[in-house]
Parts: sequence; C-alpha cells; structure tokens
Amino acid sequence: MQHEGRELLLQVKDLEVRFGTKRHPFIAVQHVNFDIYKGETFGLVGESGSGKTTIGRAIIRINPTSAGDIIFKGEKINGPISKELDRRVTQQIQMIFQDPMASLNERAKVDYIVSEGLINVAKDMPRPQREKSVAQALADVGLLPEFASRFPHEFSGGQRQRIGIARSLIMEPEFIIADEPISALDVSIRAQVLNLLSHLQRKKGLTYLFIAHDLSVMRFICDRIAVIHKGQIVEMSETEKLFANPLHPYTQALLSAIPLPDPLLERNKKLIIYDPACHDYAVDKPRWQEIEPGHFVLANEQEMEGHREQLATSCRISS
Amino acid sequence: MSEYKFTEPVLTVKDLVVKFNLRGQVLTAIRGISMDLYKGESLAIVGESGSGKSVFTKTFMGLLDNNGWIDSGAIEYGGYDLTAFKTERDWLKLRGKRIAMVFQDPMTSLNPLKTVGKQVQEAFTLHNKVSKEEARRRTIQLLDDVGIPEPERRYKQYPHEFSGGMRQRVVIAIAMACVPEILICDEPTTALDVTIQAQILELLKQLQARYGLTVIYITHDLGVVANVADRIAVMYAGDIIEIGRSEEVFYDPRHPYTWALLSSLPQLGVKGEDLLAIQGTPPNLFQEIRGDAFAPRNPQALKADFVARPPYFEVSPTHKARTWLLDPRAPDLAPPAHIRHLRTLRRGGIEHAT
Repeated sequence: MQHEGRELLLQVKDLEVRFGTKRHPFIAVQHVNFDIYKGETFGLVGESGSGKTTIGRAIIRINPTSAGDIIFKGEKINGPISKELDRRVTQQIQMIFQDPMASLNERAKVDYIVSEGLINVAKDMPRPQREKSVAQALADVGLLPEFASRFPHEFSGGQRQRIGIARSLIMEPEFIIADEPISALDVSIRAQVLNLLSHLQRKKGLTYLFIAHDLSVMRFICDRIAVIHKGQIVEMSETEKLFANPLHPYTQALLSAIPLPDPLLERNKKLIIYDPACHDYAVDKPRWQEIEPGHFVLANEQEMEGHREQLATSCRISS
Repeated sequence: MSEYKFTEPVLTVKDLVVKFNLRGQVLTAIRGISMDLYKGESLAIVGESGSGKSVFTKTFMGLLDNNGWIDSGAIEYGGYDLTAFKTERDWLKLRGKRIAMVFQDPMTSLNPLKTVGKQVQEAFTLHNKVSKEEARRRTIQLLDDVGIPEPERRYKQYPHEFSGGMRQRVVIAIAMACVPEILICDEPTTALDVTIQAQILELLKQLQARYGLTVIYITHDLGVVANVADRIAVMYAGDIIEIGRSEEVFYDPRHPYTWALLSSLPQLGVKGEDLLAIQGTPPNLFQEIRGDAFAPRNPQALKADFVARPPYFEVSPTHKARTWLLDPRAPDLAPPAHIRHLRTLRRGGIEHAT
C-alpha cells in the first residue's frame, strides 16, 4: 500500500456523536472510521444532514463525542483531556467556516479577528510581534497589511473568506478542517480560493480535511474521498479510483448529479436517484470492508459479489 | 448547425438602462441591453454577483427596489410596454399570472407562519375567482404536480416541516399556480445540494415541456445550465457580452470573459495545477465604463478594448458577442487550450447514453 511509510496524523475510530436527550437520542454520526496522513487532502462528501460537518466539529472538540476515539498524533483528543493538550490541539487544528458573511465578527476589526486565536493561546506575546504575525498571515492569503484596520463589511465575499483562512493560519496549524469553504462563493472567486488553499498546502505542508457536498470540486483538490450518507461512511477510496469505479449506489447517485459544462452530455444524462430500499439488509448485514487496496465500501456479502465483478470488468477494459 | 427551433419573440427588450440611487450617488446597473426572448425556449443568464442579472429580470416584473428606476429603453410584452407601468395595479395584471418568479433561497422566500397549502392557494385565488373548495382541490393538484408526495397531508403543514428540496418545490408550485407564460428562476438551486439540484432542474424541465413555458434561468454557475438551457446569455457589468445557443457558447465561446468563466470551473481543473482564476474584481458601476468592461481584468486585452465599447459581432445568426476580437482587424487569439477539450469530459465510471 502506498500509505506505508507516511506519517499518520489523525485517526478516527468508530466515532459516534449523539444529540438530543438521553431518552430521545438522535444519532448524527456512527461507526465512522478513517485515517488522515500528513500532507494529504482528505475529502468528506455528503448531502446536508449527513453528518459531515458534525464529524469536523467533533474533531475540533466543538461537539462532544458519545463513543469512539479521535487520535491526533498518537494522543486521544476526544473526551476529557488535560488542559495542556487542549491548548496544543487548539493551536494545531484549525477550522475554516462555510459562510464568510456570517463567520466574521461584524463589530471587530480584521486585526482582532485574525489575532484572536493568538491572544488566547500565546497570552504573553508582545504586541509588535503579534502585529507582525497578523501582517504575515494577511500576506500569506494575498491581502494587504493595511487591511488589518478595516471592518469585515468593507470586503467582498472572496476577501472575507481569505480573512477566515488568515485567522486559521496565524496559529501555525498542522491540520485544517475546511467546512465547505467555497460553496458560498461565486464561481470565479471559487477558483481563487481553491488555488490559495493548494498553494498554502504546498508551502506550509498542511493537511486538510475538506468537507463539501459537491464532488466536482473534490476531484480537483482531494487525494482521498470518503462518501457519507445518513451519518455513516458508505465508501472511501483514492479520488481517481472512486471516480473510475463508484461502487456504492449512493456514490453513483452523487456522481451522476455533478453538473458538467457540456450541453450534449448533460442533456442525455441519466440521473441516478439513491433509494436506501435497494439494499436487502434484513438477513445479510452490511460490513465495512476493503475491496481493493485502499478502497473501502459498506456492503453485505451479496453486494460484495456484484462489486467484485464490476471491478474485474473495469480492469479488463482498461488493460 | 441547425436552425434555432424557437423563433417567435414573446418579450422584447430594447436598449434598457436601469439606474440606482445609492447614498446620493447614481449607479448604472444595466447599461443598454437589447434582447429577444423566444416563446418556449429556456434562456440562461449567467454572470458573477453584481453583474446585474437579477436586476435585469426584476424589471420584467416591476420588482426593482425603490431606489432603482428604468432610465431609458423599452420592454415589450403581450402588447404592453412594461416600462410605462407605474402602479401596483398595472403590475398585478401580469405579475404572478403571466410572468412568475422562483426565488433563490427556499428557506427565506416562504412565510414560516402560514401553512404551505395556504401560501400556494393565495397565489391562485389572487388571480382567479373560485370557490374555497375548488381552490383547495387545485392547490393539492399543484403540490402533486411538483412532485410532493402525500399532498393532502402536506397541505396542512408549515414550511419548517419540509426539507430544502421540498420547500423549493413549494416555491415552484406557487410560481406555477396560474400557469404563467414566462417563468423566471433566480438561482433556483444555489442553496441546494447537488443531488437535490439535479432533481429540481429535472422538475423544471418537465413542467416546461408540459405547459409550454418560456423559462429564464439566472445563475452564476455555467456547469448548471448546460443541462437545461437552449440559449445562454453571459452578463458582465450590466451588459450581455455574449449570447448564443447553448452549444455555441460552450463549444465555441468568443468573448474573453466567457473563456475565463468556463476555465475557472473546478470540473475542468487538473489536479496539482492551478485553476485559471479571474484576477481582480468587477468594475465600479458608479463610474462610466469606457471601452470593454472586462478589459482591465483581461491579460490579453487589446488596445481597442480600452478605447471604445465593442459592438455586437455576429458569429452565426443565433450567436453574437461584444468583443473587438471578432473585428476583422483583430489579431487571432485562441481560447485557453483546456476549454477546447470540453467534449472529453467524463463523469467517472458512469456511462452516458449518447
């Protein structure tokens, strides 16, 4: 396997997140397993309500977990942890939020918004040094240092999202959770922000967890993709393998929904609609299993037969 | 190329100029658009936020904000000149009845305090004198038409009991209540998931075929319109800079801005390489724009682009673009290489019936 020798950064094991009361629990996420390696971009894709954001928020310790482990650099970071570890996690894991119109404090200047994390973690940092790191963070995302004295409403959507990125960069994190960072942006601005994210990754050796509902963007930016449906991961694979051989019917539905900028293709496309009733799980329970190296799918034995056949045929065609 | 199958104009816009008064300054949002809308077609208007695409279509329904006005030009529809309409009463003859609109965000465009049935019924009874019973029957029929399961039960529910996709179906039902001639869809799927987006577009296509609607789609995503549009108009800084049949705009785009829009689509990206992003920001509409509005952001702009506004050059009888590149004196500039490979796109392992 090609991941051998690569450093494991984050492990999620059998994660479960519950909301609601003890008597009426709502299980938002269950049996979630994945590993993220250093330097890669891991994509989490699913529709609204599938629990993808919940997973991101559980990793960054906003949502408490009800079962399972989250292991970051060999240490368990969910549940009760020491104050010292908490501080380290806050510094090393950062998040970029979806809507730059809603996620910036309207009454604070950019200077404060960007440096707020530093004020919390490095309390005794002298002011000139802090200002220097704000200027550096702004420069990293392609904004001018003098923007520090302005308010968020003076910026366009794309610039605001850059401010959101700058405030996560200032902590010098190793791992960034990007929760739909571009879905609220215009198409032409999307390209700028995506380019910025991949430049930063190369320059600073960052690792991303990229959360989105749109597979077309994922293909461009992610190394590996996990598809999540109703709180469970149904398929996980390297990006190109997933696009070449989508096995789970839900993945196929997602792929068929990608809008392509080609009128002839689009007009003849057959939309696949996923119906959970197509699985016969009454007797034969589904399991999370590896079908080819690095390609996992949630299926029962009968479906696995079909999947193996599909893989074998596509291998024959391509060879 | 075959003939365009729609030829009968239903709505004609002539030299439309729309201005807004913002904090004492005058902003020109629409800078002289002329266009025909043909009966039965679906036209997609594509552009960035602030390009004026929403403002443009709002003039068809008299929905401009109070600080905006039509400065000059004409909009001809069904024997009326819409620019002469002044009162709400004038507009009620058309609005919702013959021209209807589907708004962007189904989370905010429905009234949370009224049942869904009441809201759909309201649109219907406003324009038709019918008994309560009849209106109710008709509303349930409508909810069924837009693909809402169990319409009788859903009739009595409130918007918060609906998912995003179902709410958008309700918004469509309201727009369809009087079976309009023209349906304007303002970013109908931007707030929705990809899977739901595809289903809503499918629904709109079905309704269009069933009732012979003329549909205008407003969107910023060129990827979305390939599926639904017969014709595409690309807007930039309050002007249509390129208009043509869908195939023409996708396979043979002529304006540098259309090239840039297509190139920046992540669907066309190659992993490990940069996407082609459009640098800079759209022009300031408070000032008068000289020459081609896109020239300052176009690295390959010609000298002429900064001097004079280009006229429309005809590429084919159905395809025209406002760029000096089409002038016989212009140098031969090819569009970026990878948008010429649009046709080799694949959606992954899923086969297409072609």
